[in-house]
Amino acid sequence: MNLPAEHDDAQEQLREVERTARPRLTAGMLAAGVAVLLFSFVLSVSLGAANIDFLTVWEAMWRMGAGSQEHQIIWGIRLPRVIGAAMVGAAFAVAGAVMQGMTRNPLADSGLLGINAGSAFALSLCFALLPELPYIYLVMFSFAGAALGAAMVYGIGSLSRGGLAPIRLVLAGAAVSALLGALSEGIALYFNTGQDLAFWYSGGVSGTRWSHLAVIGPWLLAALAAVIAMSRSVTILSLGEETAVGLGENVARVKLAGMIIVVVLAGLAVAVVGAVSFVGLIVPHVARRIVGYDYRLIIPTSAVFGAVFVTLADLAARILNPPYEIPIGAVIALVGIPFFLYVAGKGERGI
Amino acid sequence: MNGKHPWMTEGQLRKKQQFQRLILALFILTLLAVLIALNTGYIRISPWDVLKTLLGRGTDQQELILFEFRLPRMVLAFLVGMGLAVAGAVLQGIARNPLADPGIIGISAGASLAVLLSIFFFSSAAVAPVYLMPMLAFAGAGAAALLIYALAYRRRDGIAPIRLILTGVAIDLGIRALIIVLTLTLAPENYQFMAVWLAGNIWGGSWTFVLALLPWLAVLVPFVYWKAPVLNVLNVGEETATGLGVRLGRERRLLLGAAVGIAAASVSVSGGIGFVGLIAPHLTRRLVGDRHEHVLPVAALIGGLLLLIADSVARVLTQPAKIPAGVVVAVIGAPYFLYLLAKLRD
Repeated sequence: MNLPAEHDDAQEQLREVERTARPRLTAGMLAAGVAVLLFSFVLSVSLGAANIDFLTVWEAMWRMGAGSQEHQIIWGIRLPRVIGAAMVGAAFAVAGAVMQGMTRNPLADSGLLGINAGSAFALSLCFALLPELPYIYLVMFSFAGAALGAAMVYGIGSLSRGGLAPIRLVLAGAAVSALLGALSEGIALYFNTGQDLAFWYSGGVSGTRWSHLAVIGPWLLAALAAVIAMSRSVTILSLGEETAVGLGENVARVKLAGMIIVVVLAGLAVAVVGAVSFVGLIVPHVARRIVGYDYRLIIPTSAVFGAVFVTLADLAARILNPPYEIPIGAVIALVGIPFFLYVAGKGERGI
Repeated sequence: MNGKHPWMTEGQLRKKQQFQRLILALFILTLLAVLIALNTGYIRISPWDVLKTLLGRGTDQQELILFEFRLPRMVLAFLVGMGLAVAGAVLQGIARNPLADPGIIGISAGASLAVLLSIFFFSSAAVAPVYLMPMLAFAGAGAAALLIYALAYRRRDGIAPIRLILTGVAIDLGIRALIIVLTLTLAPENYQFMAVWLAGNIWGGSWTFVLALLPWLAVLVPFVYWKAPVLNVLNVGEETATGLGVRLGRERRLLLGAAVGIAAASVSVSGGIGFVGLIAPHLTRRLVGDRHEHVLPVAALIGGLLLLIADSVARVLTQPAKIPAGVVVAVIGAPYFLYLLAKLRD
């Protein structure tokens, strides 16, 4: 049994977090986020190689199959792409939020910690060895790869005495990414799949089809539902493991469940967009700033903000330098790196 | 007292003898590696024929293969490995952090970016004057180093080692993102060249490249060797070094400049090869201790040998598709980096 005093202390901490949370502000933010998301959908669908005016887009979004060329562009090419970007953004952002909460590491992000590189490695293996693989199995391999990357980085963490500090974990992630990246590169050059792989590897949602979304959609919804169901446990874990134990939380089980969810989210996102970093770093930090430290609020906010962020990043990637598309990973990195340096310089306060 | 070296203690003398034996062993290993690598490849040439050809009595075809293809490539691999190892050793000495490596902290990426930009200027692959490449790379690497230095500097505690590495990793990511943007706008034929180059390849493989690299190494490597005592002092920490009267700031900047120059020149002919500058100095320190008079030469030889072997493995094992040496080095180097990371404490 824990000493009653400690138990009270832990209870007090949890109450403090829940008291300072801002549910009403969160509701407002979620509503605003969804509105902005819809607006960016319309904007993103109407802008591009062939500009389509807003009204046609709005009409087409609610009414399918009018047969005109514009409707075909909208439904065949742009809508799946835009929705794919939003799904990827939500997945990366929530994965980052869960990782940051569970490990109390302000620099946690599936890209920075080598999980995305694991996924990308598994996918490059598939492209080289099993080029005809249906998308549904590709996603499975992507999950397996993400698990491999996570296992490597956290394995190193648990091997070292006293665990790894956040900054060292990032370095371990960089090394694991370098290793898996080199292997993927070697495979791509050996099997001559380099050109196909390159754009995809550096990030792009341009090839997204409805059939892809149909495969990853259920996974995303299931993972989001699971993560919202366990979000109170994430909050408790974010108070520190001792406090969590004091509150009667089964830390090992929560961590395992959280890791599985992170692997699923990162794996499905990489299968769509490629190994894009920083979404999972930036979005949860912003969300925490606004809604407080309660993960029941942080997680939905992160999902919506992440969707908006990646949708807009994809739009920027398409229209900044026409007719070329800038890889979305590069666009996000240019925002993400200054943010990363800022967070790293601040040290670990307030998770 | 020992007669020949009266100024040395027994321990120092033993260290010195150990060092000399190590240098000798590395020379022999290098020679062996060269001989083995020379007779393997797409066209096998027996050791006896290799020897005959080296003495000027081989067939024309053998001479062509050995002197124009294999030998320059091997010399280049050895020199690049040497350069990266020395640059890594110096950076680690300055940063007092065994994780510093030009490939990890973005200096190599800066060099790569400059070379890539030159391809835009000269509009097609590999027509940029070869002798200009190290200079362009130096400009790029220098800019990256300045940026890292400026971002990692705090008035409070100067350059904290781990912050330097972390900033470097971030800059590295950023420059890579820029490189990706640029490569994707390249024409397909240039793209293939760039992809292989960025992965780290001894792609030049001709005497011209050796000559482009050599002057840089010939000037800068002896310079850092001459500064070895300063590195020893810097390595023990700021307070002690100031106490010993070393003008810290200036010496550190000089050595940093030299390391950046060596790394940039090496990268300009080899592409982004990481981890050599990490593994070689670290192995060396375990073998000969911390005195840079010993560390620098041994690290240079180990680095050269390492890249020579990696390039030969890449060349021989992956016929006919060529896997860049950088991939082979990363496969060895990344686990080593992880091992270091797990073992070290702050």
